[in-house]
Amino acid sequence: MMLSKKTKYVLLAALVLGLAVIYVPLLVVLLNSVNSDTTFGWPPSGFTLEWWGRAAQNEGVLRALWTSLQAGLAATAIALVLGMMAAFALQRYRFFGKDTVSLLIILPIALPGIVTGIALNNAFRTILGVDLGLFTAIVAHATFCIVVVFNNVVARLRRMGGNLEEASMDLGADGITTFRLVTFPMLRSALLAGGLLAFALSFDEIIVTTFTLGAGLQTLPIWILDNLFRPNQAPVVNVVAAVLIVVSTVPVYLAQRLSGDTASGGRL
Amino acid sequence: MSIAASVSGFLYRKPRLRLGMLLSAPLLWLGLAYLGALAALFVTAFWHTDTFTGQVVTEWSLDNFATLFTDEVYRTITFRTLGIAVAVTVIDAVIAFPMAFYMAKFASPRAQRILVIAVMTPLWASYLVKAYSWRVMLSGNGLVGWLFGATPGYGLTATILTLSYLWLPYMILPIYAGLDRLPNSLVEASSDLGGRSWRTFRSVVLPLTFPAIVAGSIFTFSLTLGDYITVKIVGGAGQMLGNVVYDNIGAANNLPFAATVATVPVVIMLVYLAAVRRTGALDNL
Repeated sequence: MMLSKKTKYVLLAALVLGLAVIYVPLLVVLLNSVNSDTTFGWPPSGFTLEWWGRAAQNEGVLRALWTSLQAGLAATAIALVLGMMAAFALQRYRFFGKDTVSLLIILPIALPGIVTGIALNNAFRTILGVDLGLFTAIVAHATFCIVVVFNNVVARLRRMGGNLEEASMDLGADGITTFRLVTFPMLRSALLAGGLLAFALSFDEIIVTTFTLGAGLQTLPIWILDNLFRPNQAPVVNVVAAVLIVVSTVPVYLAQRLSGDTASGGRL
Repeated sequence: MSIAASVSGFLYRKPRLRLGMLLSAPLLWLGLAYLGALAALFVTAFWHTDTFTGQVVTEWSLDNFATLFTDEVYRTITFRTLGIAVAVTVIDAVIAFPMAFYMAKFASPRAQRILVIAVMTPLWASYLVKAYSWRVMLSGNGLVGWLFGATPGYGLTATILTLSYLWLPYMILPIYAGLDRLPNSLVEASSDLGGRSWRTFRSVVLPLTFPAIVAGSIFTFSLTLGDYITVKIVGGAGQMLGNVVYDNIGAANNLPFAATVATVPVVIMLVYLAAVRRTGALDNL
């Protein structure tokens, strides 16, 4: 590049500053979870692990964690199956309406979350007459998680090409054997990455969950929202917030390492 | 020949059947369940709630839309939401461009990979936690006040600030991808012909990466239009469209009117998508 040295340093400064702004709020949350002062004035006055201990014994938190895990695992399982099927169909075949189908897959995440949430809420309650519960939340989460798995598998299929599968067929293996011994092993890490990202997405989702989870149930983000404005819960909220940061960024980091072909994991 | 082998042989000779089997489940789920739900939502927007029993009455009328257009309150909220979306998009584009530029044009391949991960990982960190951390930082004795000696407090400024923070990675990544595709030779040619940094930027780099910026703006726009939680956390008393939808489902128990209000962001998004279609932004998603 033939840009001046000065431009380069200005841009570097902008990047460093930008990254600092991105990370400072996350560090503030992590710091606050071990801040001994309950009002969180800055700078922190002391260090304590007391809130972590309290959060670990808080029944509401543990119940919410369990609901989050159930919803995340079930939605991920559904998304893995449907996302993989859709990826094979769209990557390996040409057919009428292909563009419409791919638009349909990104729609649940391209539309504002509140639209997806209220559409499903309305469909369950008014149209189908189903009571909201864990099941309806799982259906909703699976709907917007499909795209994450889909993107990962499509990227891998595109990179893989079809030569190895053809070679396997030429050597006499049938379709099922080829899938089992050739295609699936090459897809495995893409599926794992997609699954991790789908789980992270489900674990963090709040808007759609608010509209589709039955009364009396809470996921971790909903627990936080419900307790956010209760001053005496603030320290425990901070610990749960810190846990959420760690829990949701680790799978994303792992997914990145697993699949070099994932540009951003599905939201983009 | 085993059964499995004959089944797979049969399927191999029938690609249409294989395609049908692959597509059936995803299409049933998304096409019927999700598109059906969206269609039902727009139908519901034309119904109303019985004020006495609270039940949805399936009579067709345009009353909800009339309220939406004539009531001053909803007009104000719609324009406020749009204004916030525009402000957030502009702020994010201005911050994201230099960051993406350095990442794409100056960083080594190894550094690029690390920087992409560094930008992307917080994207997945809990939305709620990030909004909440701004509540903590903007509070009277929080980090912002400590650093700068003053804090904007909770209100419209805090909402724009927090939303810009939340959606920033959604802007950086498409612009980075767009700049990465921009050949260095074009920039060099411009400098060879005597173009200084600013001129090269304005006449070469910006026009060629515009579709990528628009692609990023689709996310910042769509996500802002549907937001209601950030406003609850840092927004003071002001409301956005999402709050109206939320309140009508919860407290007011008026699902039809909530559905009517929810059509506003969808219509805005569809108009926006149609408008930017020609820039080629949709291929940059």
